Amino acid sequence: MRGGGRAADVHTAPDVLSAPLRMRFDYTRSVGPTIGNFLTNLRARKLVGARGSDGRVLVPPPEYDPITADPLTEFVDVADTGTVESWTWVREPLPGQPFDRPFAWALIRLDGADTTLLHAVDVATPDAIHTGMRVTVRWAAETTGSIHDIACFEPGEKSGAPAESASDGEPITMITTPVDLAYKHTASPQETVYLRGLAEGKLLGGRTDAAGKVYFPPRGANPTDGRPTDEIVELPDRGTVTTFCIVNVPFLGQRIKPPYVAAYVLLDGADIPALHLVLGCEASEVRMGMRVQAVWKPREEWGFGLENVDHFRPTGEPDADYETYKHHL
Amino acid sequence: MAVVGFAHAPHVPETFGTTNGVEMLVPCFQQLYSQLGITKSDIDFWCSGSSDYLAGRAFSFISAVDAIGAVPPINESHVEMDAAWALYEAWVKLRSGQAKTALVYGFGKSSAGTLRQILTMQLDPYLVTPLWPDAWSIAGLQARAGLDAGRWTERDMAAVAAGEGGDVESLLDTPYVADPLRAHDIAPITDGAAAIVLAVGDRARELCERPAWITGMAHRVDTPTLGARDLTVSPSTSAAAQAVTGGNTSFDIAELHAPFSHQQLILAEAIGLTNGTKVNPSGGALAANPMFAAGLERIGFAAEAIMAGSANRALAHATSGPALQQNLVTVLDSEARR
Repeated sequence: MRGGGRAADVHTAPDVLSAPLRMRFDYTRSVGPTIGNFLTNLRARKLVGARGSDGRVLVPPPEYDPITADPLTEFVDVADTGTVESWTWVREPLPGQPFDRPFAWALIRLDGADTTLLHAVDVATPDAIHTGMRVTVRWAAETTGSIHDIACFEPGEKSGAPAESASDGEPITMITTPVDLAYKHTASPQETVYLRGLAEGKLLGGRTDAAGKVYFPPRGANPTDGRPTDEIVELPDRGTVTTFCIVNVPFLGQRIKPPYVAAYVLLDGADIPALHLVLGCEASEVRMGMRVQAVWKPREEWGFGLENVDHFRPTGEPDADYETYKHHL
Repeated sequence: MAVVGFAHAPHVPETFGTTNGVEMLVPCFQQLYSQLGITKSDIDFWCSGSSDYLAGRAFSFISAVDAIGAVPPINESHVEMDAAWALYEAWVKLRSGQAKTALVYGFGKSSAGTLRQILTMQLDPYLVTPLWPDAWSIAGLQARAGLDAGRWTERDMAAVAAGEGGDVESLLDTPYVADPLRAHDIAPITDGAAAIVLAVGDRARELCERPAWITGMAHRVDTPTLGARDLTVSPSTSAAAQAVTGGNTSFDIAELHAPFSHQQLILAEAIGLTNGTKVNPSGGALAANPMFAAGLERIGFAAEAIMAGSANRALAHATSGPALQQNLVTVLDSEARR
């Protein structure tokens, strides 16, 4: 194996906090007339391609001619049998792939087509597939108008197409593709110090040096000059409301009944405010310059996050002079 | 216009840093500033390449700007591609007279997720991505196509991976990972970042004793429909190379961005490299493949050889997307020629 010398480059890693991060969402896309026609036909267990400017039959049909870039409008029926033009073997399938056991991917040229379609082939071992092998579509039991209407391909010539399914129904115009990706999210060294501080009930900011501005939460680098903000400063849990908004609109996942106040709180000694809740008084009483103090959750509920501070409440002190926070708005 | 400075983060399988790259980028910038005797205020334009999918968070490139320091405001841009394309954008900016200096950077923490799965997001989102074929599989289909066509052998692929004096036989004894690809055919997971400083004319001569002059730069793209093109050749690389070399393909060194062994064979042929050219003295992407910086590093390593005096004319190639979909070719020269 290659990679000699890499190990020598590894430097001692600080002990940073990390946690799993799973990113999931659905992409919903409009498919347009060309792919829409292909998918509408798939739903009816039929395969179509488009004839390109050079006379080739392109399957799947691209929206524009690869040579002239003109829209392609002439559709051509092709067979659900074809030939493997290239293949590769999947030893450890990933989530979302057509099988959860080893299988082959192949580029398959359907009979009547001049280009290839990428799909899975259901064979048990790599010995059971080869370039030039004849394969047939295995249709999904239920078709919906997506590439998954082809469950996979299987070895053999014989078309297994069931009696043509009803081809009525509205043309396919949209598809939804779920995305599900997993990460290991790592906090920076400065964020780690900050988060560990919170777990002990401390509010820690960071700066580059004694003359530098204090960032809360601390950042990986001072955004004014790019230098690391490695000097840690403990801040008090009281400060000043610099600006705020009253949330009147309900939304998914909301935990407090509107109206309530989301405010920027400038902790005493910090140079940038942090967003938090101001509760403990009528929303209409919150104002710029109001002095507030953290209300911590019970200690046994503390974790590694700013939600250890449940909210800020008014202290009753006189309002801060505008001059003291006008540079931090 | 010339490359006058290059720095890259250590090539490591995993860093402790965040996916926004700040921890890897800060030392790169500090190294360039001290090497060139400049500060960030000497840079007119900034451009970066990275991917939010690799980072697993939105707008990761905005957080990376912290590593520059954006006070007072800076001129900054970003491409969701390998940072070699960010360098192309900077090249256009400088050529059009809008800036005299530029700093280009790229970063990626491949270790944070499952790289071969994340790269599926680069594929056709209608008929291909929903099946979730991974990057190894797409490359495996390409490698098989070339084997079947007789364009290369598994031994040729292993020879690329082994490099000069490497043991090809023992590589061929190893098991397949994604048949016909073995572990040595696949670039390793690398976290990394890289940065390059560009400058024009006399400013380049002030900053660097032996600038690496960019005498040509072009990029082209092949159809995204994998089944509609011959995967065993790279017409877009040929077209880009022809545009910048004019057919003169004699180079002291060539840095080719080939994340899979067979792709180096495709690229060398597409460009028309001759035996006199030393290919990938840096080790190439098979030695270290920091995503979204590896293409920029090819330009950096090629430029470094010229700045150090070990090469007079060099070619750098970068790729982005699946199966060599997009390709960018840069020619660097020790003398400023137009």
